[in-house]
Amino acid sequence: MRDVAIVAYIEGQNTSATTLSPVEMIVPVVHEILNRANVQRSDIDFWCHGSCDYMTGQPFSFVSAVDALGAWPPIMESHVEMDGAWALYEAWVKIQTGEANTALVFGNGKSSAGDMNRALTLQLDPYVVAPLWPGFRSLEAMGARAAIDAGTVTERQMADVVSRSLRDAADNPNVLAYGYRDADELLDEPMTANPLRAHDCPAMADGVAAIIMTTADRALEMCDRPAWIRGIDHRIDFQNLGLRDLSRSNSAALASFHAGVTKDKVDVAELHATYSHHEIILAQSMGIDRSTTRMMPSGGALVANPLMAAGLARFGQAARQIFKGDADRAVAHAAQGACLQQNIVAVLEGN
Amino acid sequence: MADDILRIRTPIGIDYTWSSGPGSVVYMRGLENGKLIGRRCPDCELVYFPPRNGICPRCGVLLAAEVEVGPRGTITTFCVVNVPFLGQTIKIPYVAATILLDGADIGMQHLIQECEAADVRMGMRVEPVWKDKSEWTPSLENILYYKPTGEPDADFDVYARHL
Amino acid sequence: MAPLRLFYPYDRTVGAVIGRFLTSLAAKKIEGTRGVDASVHVPPLEFDPATGAALTEWVAVSDTGLVLTWSWQPEPFADNTLQQPFAWALILLDGADTPMLHAVRVASVSDMSTGMRVRAVWAAEPTPSITAITCFEPEGAHG
Repeated sequence: MRDVAIVAYIEGQNTSATTLSPVEMIVPVVHEILNRANVQRSDIDFWCHGSCDYMTGQPFSFVSAVDALGAWPPIMESHVEMDGAWALYEAWVKIQTGEANTALVFGNGKSSAGDMNRALTLQLDPYVVAPLWPGFRSLEAMGARAAIDAGTVTERQMADVVSRSLRDAADNPNVLAYGYRDADELLDEPMTANPLRAHDCPAMADGVAAIIMTTADRALEMCDRPAWIRGIDHRIDFQNLGLRDLSRSNSAALASFHAGVTKDKVDVAELHATYSHHEIILAQSMGIDRSTTRMMPSGGALVANPLMAAGLARFGQAARQIFKGDADRAVAHAAQGACLQQNIVAVLEGN
Repeated sequence: MADDILRIRTPIGIDYTWSSGPGSVVYMRGLENGKLIGRRCPDCELVYFPPRNGICPRCGVLLAAEVEVGPRGTITTFCVVNVPFLGQTIKIPYVAATILLDGADIGMQHLIQECEAADVRMGMRVEPVWKDKSEWTPSLENILYYKPTGEPDADFDVYARHL
Repeated sequence: MAPLRLFYPYDRTVGAVIGRFLTSLAAKKIEGTRGVDASVHVPPLEFDPATGAALTEWVAVSDTGLVLTWSWQPEPFADNTLQQPFAWALILLDGADTPMLHAVRVASVSDMSTGMRVRAVWAAEPTPSITAITCFEPEGAHG
């Protein structure tokens, strides 16, 4: 295995509704991250992109996204119709095979282009589930109730997660929700998608996240303290919700095990917990002790959820904790699909 | 079983609010006023029309200066459409061409009318035929089609590197 | 900014298993397939989730069942079968071992509870579609 590290992370300004086109959102972020790592376009030998056409409202939008990269002379590029975190995995594999040494990975989403709660329905079985148009929030709410009924999650715990996330978000200039609200106050709010309250659901955002990763011989040129990827794995559960225990995530548990999360103490975890109960389910499934691990110091996806970038942002935010020396060992996680169906987990270390 | 259904229709309609982005606004405002406005790349200096997304895809940078191009141009390449298809509104055979507008570096696609398909050729000089001004919108559809100007054909060298 | 509607008129081939399930729904019958471990899956699975074996044994199940988990949809989408606030539920039909997703019609959220019993409300003219069942409602309710 080659040693590979994340050496730079940049996120574009998260906004509730941008007037920029997706390509215009990407261009400045690409420029900024190249500057941050002090590299030229020509130093990047693999580009990998995560996005979703149903969200952008533009079929084959990834083709025009290449315009943002300056693909002349032609570049080695790939795209996943997934969160950028899966593009990071593809880039990691590409580097492991020796076909590339330095990769720029990005994810972008323009959630404001449409009703994402409805558009995400299209991830479901198209024969006997999607024609009912359940809406994504409703499915996540069913997952929350399954966990509450099973006794693995309480409404109080969910409120505590929201309270802490909003508080941490106050220190992060790139969020859409923040504030100081204690759990009691949050629990007084009415339920919307019962058992979820409005604050249990993510602040949808338009945004871009980008990462540069490279091998050992160049990492220290680009970053004083690279975040070395010591383990990475991704797993997927059945699409059929009826076959799964929604109070836990088997795929997150397996990915965590194979990434080596529980081999040592976890200083910081950036989990792609889009709904408040996800954090609790994920931590339990992944073997992360929330009382000793600093959870989502960025505020997480609850306070800014740029679809298709928010998962990669967890990898970037976890890497930042390593860059700054605030953590020696961090866990990054991203999820896709309904009720934590697909999960990717990485262990990042500073040494 | 023999009588079981084999297919279902699952139509999917999704509504979006589309924003073209500021990079394309100058182009669309131009069309609204009967002008063809492209933009120049600050790095490679190519003039794009349309200035798609306001980006030079070759350099990956935002386009800068606004440049009025055309309205006349040169056919660089073309095809004759002989195949009828559902929703076709133009009588076949007709010509779809790539037109290099004067002052632009990137060809654009449009229809050629008011001449026989067999007479269309590379290098032919053409000009736009606009809709009635009362029907103008911020769209290239304001131009109904291009027609020959009758000028002598452009030299091959003029458009050789734009093919 | 301009409104944009993307419309995909998908015409899908459903295969033999989903085809039979949907055809039965149009006749107001609900059928599942039996898995290798004898579990009855509704909607039917084409292949066993554990072994991948093709599943060919059909089992008729009831149109009544139990709510295993549920959530509330305060604002229906235009394409939902119900156009007033309603619940989504994973419903374990009597005779089945895996639950199916469907809508539950109740007057208010306070009428919903995990473990409640529900009965299918069939469309007036069922078509071969999951929407042959309009929704479920509490057993004993008058549709």
